[in-house]
Amino acid sequence: MLNRRQFSAAVGVCAILVMSGAARADDIYIPLISKGFQHQFWQAVKAGAEQAAKEGNAKISFEGPETEAMVDKQIDMLSADLAKHPNAIGFAALDSKAAIPLLKKAQAEHIPVIAFDSGVDSDIPLTTCTTDNLAAAGLAADKMAEMIGDAGEVAVIVHDQTSRTGIDRRDGFLNEMKAKHPNVKIVSVQYGAGDHLKSAEIAKAMIQANPNLKGIFGANEGSAEGAAIGVKESGKKLVLIGYDSGKEQKEAIISGAMAGAITQNPVGIGKCVVESALKALKGEKLPKVIDTGFYWYDKSNITDPKVAAVLYD
Amino acid sequence: MTMRSEALTMTKDGRLSAMKARFFGPTARQKLLAFASLVLLLIFFSFASPVFMQIDNILGILQSTAVNGVLAIACTFVIITGGIDLSVGTLMTFCAVMAGVFLTYWELPMWIGVVAAIATGALSGVVSGTLIAKMKIPPFIATLGMMMLLKGLSLVVSGTRPIYFNNTENFPMISQDSLIGLALPNLPIPNAVLILFALAALASVVLNRTALGRYTFALGSNEEAVRLSGVNVDRWKIAIYGLGGSICGVAGLLIASRLNSAQPALGQGYELEAIAAVVIGGTSLSGGAGTILGTIIGAFIMSVLTNGLRILSVAQEWQTVVTGVIIILAVYADILRRRKV
Repeated sequence: MLNRRQFSAAVGVCAILVMSGAARADDIYIPLISKGFQHQFWQAVKAGAEQAAKEGNAKISFEGPETEAMVDKQIDMLSADLAKHPNAIGFAALDSKAAIPLLKKAQAEHIPVIAFDSGVDSDIPLTTCTTDNLAAAGLAADKMAEMIGDAGEVAVIVHDQTSRTGIDRRDGFLNEMKAKHPNVKIVSVQYGAGDHLKSAEIAKAMIQANPNLKGIFGANEGSAEGAAIGVKESGKKLVLIGYDSGKEQKEAIISGAMAGAITQNPVGIGKCVVESALKALKGEKLPKVIDTGFYWYDKSNITDPKVAAVLYD
Repeated sequence: MTMRSEALTMTKDGRLSAMKARFFGPTARQKLLAFASLVLLLIFFSFASPVFMQIDNILGILQSTAVNGVLAIACTFVIITGGIDLSVGTLMTFCAVMAGVFLTYWELPMWIGVVAAIATGALSGVVSGTLIAKMKIPPFIATLGMMMLLKGLSLVVSGTRPIYFNNTENFPMISQDSLIGLALPNLPIPNAVLILFALAALASVVLNRTALGRYTFALGSNEEAVRLSGVNVDRWKIAIYGLGGSICGVAGLLIASRLNSAQPALGQGYELEAIAAVVIGGTSLSGGAGTILGTIIGAFIMSVLTNGLRILSVAQEWQTVVTGVIIILAVYADILRRRKV
């Protein structure tokens, strides 16, 4: 059966588990199930949630699937977290409809559900902590138009065509251009899965195909940073506008390779989820949507404390 | 013809020793090892957390094993032949999308959607098998190509949007409802789990009691010898990949039913989890040895581990580390066993 070596290995694994710590039962426990965990954006949400949890004497856990396509893995996470009978739950649905049976279960057990980021398409969540992506991408369009003299060709690189944030940021940008800047022509909208390399290749191909291109909008961290790489490799000079934050993006803005970017307030989103959950547990009423805000940042205000507070590496 | 019947008689003579091998042989030992690990994990987690053994959580674990378990069964056949199928995850998705096309776009009755999903899987498996057997493309490359091709096709056919099964009222029944729950209201084991076990039993019979199963092992042990004894190796290989594909069709139905939608972007990465379950269950990647029971145990080890770590609120980064360690240990145990033989 188990020989000594295998046994000691098993003991080692158990030791790792114990060291990494189990949940204590006495605190208020609020698990957050997000849409991912590796991206800096989600780490910032997590940091915000942890901050608010510390202030409110609560304990949180933070989990999300490896890619935003893994709807079933996210449902498994929600199911496991519900089994722990938490006091409240924070949830950013990849696909709202798939999660409804479990959310109903949470409702039946009187566990308050707080939605965040792209939210949950249902009445069950007490509130949603989110960024108005349509308006934020609209602001990016205004800035782009301003910088290219309100006329010329522009291209857009989006992370994907199925997620709420992808659709809203694309449409927010396109609609604003159409409505307010009729002389700006969108020549291409392409999708790079938020992958740096893919987005860089897309940017290069766009520049190749449209020699008069004046600007590119990258709709998330990976798209924007990838676009910056593509523009640099092509040797052309054009106006690049990004979305979200991240070390590379910040450096690109400081160096002038990127004109500026929209940032959400991920730390604020995380705080909002935990604070709302704690309020709900005290029986306070919550508004249906809490806008956690967005900011335009560029070289001139990147060190401004108000802006620097919502940026992350 | 005579050569083939000779080969068959030889297998018959070998049946007694095969029986012995099943209970005392190296494969059995690996299965025991896997089973012992599963029991150890269960014991560890139930001591570590009081909620782990609660019925809701057990049902959650069962439900989360179903899709990976079915995909792992599909992989088991192919891996025993000494091949590999990297396309199982995206094929599952494509089958789900095709079910959506038949049921939601064309509003056909549910059984047609079920047949369509399985037929799509079988057809795609036959294509992979043909690429490998007739065109001599190495399995890794052929199925890597199929993985991407199917991923793309899922997005194209669905128009990159999820297809919801709102018109097919009974569709969620396949996976979510519980037949057992009707008889035992306290034990609503979801149908997906019944399908997993039924399919495992069926696959076990096919693998151990039919010509297809015998050739699956024979191809993995010594393909050249099988060819030299006059067997149409290509045809059997295509049949085995086709069988694997149709099983992916079942997985497609399970996941679509569970999510009540076909999610076109899902699927990549699932093949590696399925292969991990197969390997943990003692099936050798070099072919010729393996069992369905082992694979099912392997799939449960993966899901119990994931769930248990989650219940203990272990940080997600560490969950991945631990899963990786377990896979390496499982394969190392397999190598140790081989050295002893």
